[in-house]
Amino acid sequence: MAQERLAAIAGIHEYPLRVAPGVSSMQIKADSMKRALDDAGLDWGDVDGLYDALDGEGGGGLGLAAYLGIKPRLLDTTQVGGSSYEFHASHALRDIAAGRCNVAVTTYGSTAATQRTPIGTGGLGRGGASWQQNMESPYGSTLISNYAMVAHRHMHEYGTTTEQLAQISVATRKHAMRNPEAVKAMTDLQFVKVDEITVEDVLESRIIADPLHLLECCMISDGGGAAVFVSPEIARDIKKKPVWIIGAGEATKYRENNGDITTSAGAQSAPAAFAQAGVTPDEIDIAMIYDSFSITVAVMLEDLGFCAKGEVGEFINDGHLAFDQPGLTLNTDGGGLSSNHPGMRGLFLLLESVRQLRGESTSQVDGAKLAVAHGNGGLLGGTHTGGTVILAAD
Amino acid sequence: MANRPQPSFPEPDTQHFWEGCKAGELRYQTDADGNVVFYPRGHSTVTGDRDLTWHVSAGLGTVYTYSVVRQNRMPGFQELGAYAVAYIDLDEGFRMMSTVVGVDNPVTDIHIGQRVQVEFEEQDGDDAYPVPVFRPV
Repeated sequence: MAQERLAAIAGIHEYPLRVAPGVSSMQIKADSMKRALDDAGLDWGDVDGLYDALDGEGGGGLGLAAYLGIKPRLLDTTQVGGSSYEFHASHALRDIAAGRCNVAVTTYGSTAATQRTPIGTGGLGRGGASWQQNMESPYGSTLISNYAMVAHRHMHEYGTTTEQLAQISVATRKHAMRNPEAVKAMTDLQFVKVDEITVEDVLESRIIADPLHLLECCMISDGGGAAVFVSPEIARDIKKKPVWIIGAGEATKYRENNGDITTSAGAQSAPAAFAQAGVTPDEIDIAMIYDSFSITVAVMLEDLGFCAKGEVGEFINDGHLAFDQPGLTLNTDGGGLSSNHPGMRGLFLLLESVRQLRGESTSQVDGAKLAVAHGNGGLLGGTHTGGTVILAAD
Repeated sequence: MANRPQPSFPEPDTQHFWEGCKAGELRYQTDADGNVVFYPRGHSTVTGDRDLTWHVSAGLGTVYTYSVVRQNRMPGFQELGAYAVAYIDLDEGFRMMSTVVGVDNPVTDIHIGQRVQVEFEEQDGDDAYPVPVFRPV
């Protein structure tokens, strides 16, 4: 069916450094916005919509506009963890189609590496009284162990193995080694081995939280970027080809009595996105999936409909996720596992989708026409969100 | 004795649960239709009604899933060595985060489907709330 083309991504920028001492997150956001506008051939004063994930020291929509020095007519501070930027793209599609804005920007800046923020191992919910913290903080759960509990259950129910999950790390690293910014990231962050890796390398890396190994966990980096969303009228006159947002879906999920931890919010957000886009998973060329951990990607490949629940181990075991193999291609920038993870990776899923659909990726898939970006925010084994965005080449 | 993080009060949803721990009771709620409500709250998560009834669980359950934390940077846990975090499905139909204790090696001696029984682990400090943990049966 003909896709509706109601909003597009016109400009992008990814902040190149993963270790950026002396720079604030707000500076990364402003610098990235300027460069993304330049990428589109648009001006600072053209911006009339602002989406923000409450990152940095900005105070969300309340404070960011003041810092930037703009007066948008649409403000949206949607903070749903790492999936915030898929939600922003979803909202931009809605808002631009409704005529509420014509040039909207989302920005991201983080100095998690320079500040040595222990995102994965620092523990969840220290301090503060809440109904949930009071029930969970006595047990020393870390973010990694929360995702690891999903992996354990998936292995138990479906026979999934670490050898199979390792294919995700292997393909992603292969892509990272072709991306100069990712290579510099791994070098600056002092990775033990800045090279392609094997399944055996993953198996031999130390376990952080059973059953997840070090090479199944994303890095912690500085970084950021920006994306510019525009109306079809603006899209006609930009510097590069627009990339169209043709479908979006949002969902949440949480610990439930008798719930199935191996199914994520993506099982709700993805069908909505595909239905709006009028395409099916087997038409997708590029899957940009939030690879906080190997298991996150594995669960999403199932929930997005690329294979049936429980069958991801077999689906990925032939190594086809690499860009030079036939079949679905995953995370061609190197992902959070091997390129960058400043805390909320959702933005980079959109940016690399745009590169692929423009033909600009360092691991370009020839003729890529359709991409899906799926962000997961929060805790896969607890309260989390799923944001799915379907993108189409011009 | 142990030194786990304590719940913080005032927090009206979970206070009665933790008072139960002091009384050696694992408490949960149901709504008027018999739906189990857990974690504790002031409303039914099925109907929104506020007429909930408290019950005491027999404390028997099954390990739904778990992870053994090998690396952490949390005060109070760094000296523990490897320890388990688990979701336990209680027989009355509610799932709670907890840990499994009383095993020689958490990496090899805990498994999904294992039957476990609650016990209340005393914590350091005057008037501290004991923390519900689970031991294989």
